[in-house]
Amino acid sequence: MSNEQSSTDLTVSGAGTSPAAFQDPGMPPHQERMADKDPAAAKRAERQTVVLFAVSVLGTIGMLVAYFLFPSGDTVESMRTSNLLLGLGLFLSMFGIGAAAVHWAKTLMSDHEQAEARHPQKSDPETREAALAALEAGAKDSGIGRRGLLKGAVVSAVALAPLTFAVPLVGQVGGDWNVSNFRHTLWERGRRLVRDPSGDPIRAADVTIGSAYHVIPDGLREGEHASHWIEEKAKAVVLMVRMDPRDLTEAEDRRDWSYEGIVAYSKICTHVGCPVALYERQTHHLLCPCHQSTFDMADGAKVVFGPAKRPLPQLPITVDDEGYLVAQSDFTEPIGPSYWERLK
Amino acid sequence: MKAIAARRHHRLAPVALLLLALLVTGGLYAALAPSAASASAPSEDDIAAGRALFQANCATCHGPSAEGREGAPSLIGVGAAAVDFQVSTGRMPMQMDGVQAQAKPPQFDAEETSQLAAYVASLGAGPAIPSAEQVDPALGDAANGGALFRTNCAMCHGAIGKGGALSEGKYAPNLGPSTPTQIYEAMQTGPQSMPVFNDANLTPEEKRDIIAFLGEQDAGSPGGTDLGAIGPVGEGIWVWVVGMGLLVACAVWIGAKSS
Repeated sequence: MSNEQSSTDLTVSGAGTSPAAFQDPGMPPHQERMADKDPAAAKRAERQTVVLFAVSVLGTIGMLVAYFLFPSGDTVESMRTSNLLLGLGLFLSMFGIGAAAVHWAKTLMSDHEQAEARHPQKSDPETREAALAALEAGAKDSGIGRRGLLKGAVVSAVALAPLTFAVPLVGQVGGDWNVSNFRHTLWERGRRLVRDPSGDPIRAADVTIGSAYHVIPDGLREGEHASHWIEEKAKAVVLMVRMDPRDLTEAEDRRDWSYEGIVAYSKICTHVGCPVALYERQTHHLLCPCHQSTFDMADGAKVVFGPAKRPLPQLPITVDDEGYLVAQSDFTEPIGPSYWERLK
Repeated sequence: MKAIAARRHHRLAPVALLLLALLVTGGLYAALAPSAASASAPSEDDIAAGRALFQANCATCHGPSAEGREGAPSLIGVGAAAVDFQVSTGRMPMQMDGVQAQAKPPQFDAEETSQLAAYVASLGAGPAIPSAEQVDPALGDAANGGALFRTNCAMCHGAIGKGGALSEGKYAPNLGPSTPTQIYEAMQTGPQSMPVFNDANLTPEEKRDIIAFLGEQDAGSPGGTDLGAIGPVGEGIWVWVVGMGLLVACAVWIGAKSS
């Protein structure tokens, strides 16, 4: 055993009570197992192992029986029964073998302690010198020190080759680096507010006090944005509620953004962009389920609790000639969480 | 009569007797049982009985003529649906003051509830109790109901309606024990924290679709236990505590010396 090095490593200098070097304590005294001393115990351990293997066999048979007798049919009950029985059978089948193998090894297989010493990983000095000499000889033979052009060529080739997979990999990250996409949504002057997901327009007169409407822009799946309508929807979703106008506190410059107590706010949390929609009618609070940011819908969607920093952006709304709710414009600030270029 | 008496030992006599008994029981039940939430114009007697019940049980908070007081809303114009929901789920009369009225075993039977509803409905027009056809899950489209539920309800009540937490101790209740009528009435009237979903927001057919979707959830989860269906938190705790615990126990067992 080459434990010279480890014993020197362990030397503690300056500590008076510690020994100069720790001795290898060696193996603890061997303790005989019951199965080694008592033939009856050995027999018992054998029987236990057999029982565990038998459990596995029964599990396998049970699973096969369940597979044929309880197929997963059309009803939820039959699926549940099938899944439960298949899973139980599979578990017993696998776990029985594993447990039996461990029990067998622990109680019946040979029980003598073995120690394998740790060797230093460093090669001996002769081998190291020979390796260095071989490398040097190779470099000398290639003439890389003398032929500068060759050196430049090999460095260029090796350095450029990784681009063959790096460029497509970066390309996969996404081709659209135009961050101003976050600044604009589908909302524009005169675009109707419609119900999600049916797309029915909403008459202001039908919105009773206490109502909450989940709103998307009209014509979401038409026109140039039809191919990426789901991204446009993710930016444009709005929660619209109506409350008693006397409960509403409005900033001077937003007085005409609501319509007779109907207010509409972006449904994307300004914290990390979860959809905020847990509206409590009595308190007018809007709770985000992800991190409990709470916004006061009666007071400009100001943050009253939680990690969000900014109020939810408000959608200015009004009604058109037919009495349907329409947007006055797009949101006047980027929706969703902060990002570097947000205020540029 | 004599002909019948002569055949009383006939081997089909018990069958005939059983059919007769069933017919009589069914007929009597149909004639005597109170029709479910008798939506057809309540009588003056019902309204009078409802007023008496209201004076005895509700007027303390809601005021002698249901005009409302500090902490208790006016009931004029809330309609029969709101009363039926609040009283049949036991939320009203309220047991104790708190952030939210709790569901409990109802204090009034179906007849008293309909009398109370008739009285409150007589104070001002409001949503009526839905008919049996309006809330029949068999007539709804569960797939459409699922889409509507995920848009309008799932954020509070959870993906399959098992409930969830709101702010300051309030919560959206589990919809499993609710009857189709109660679910319809809750959408129609918006009890407590819940917003109102009137017929312009969710049409009566859409409400029935949602009821059909919730009815399908009664069959349970196809994967075995649903662990409360509260989402990744419950499942994560199960995996980390029970699953990882079992793996640690196995590792300890494998590593331990045999005695």
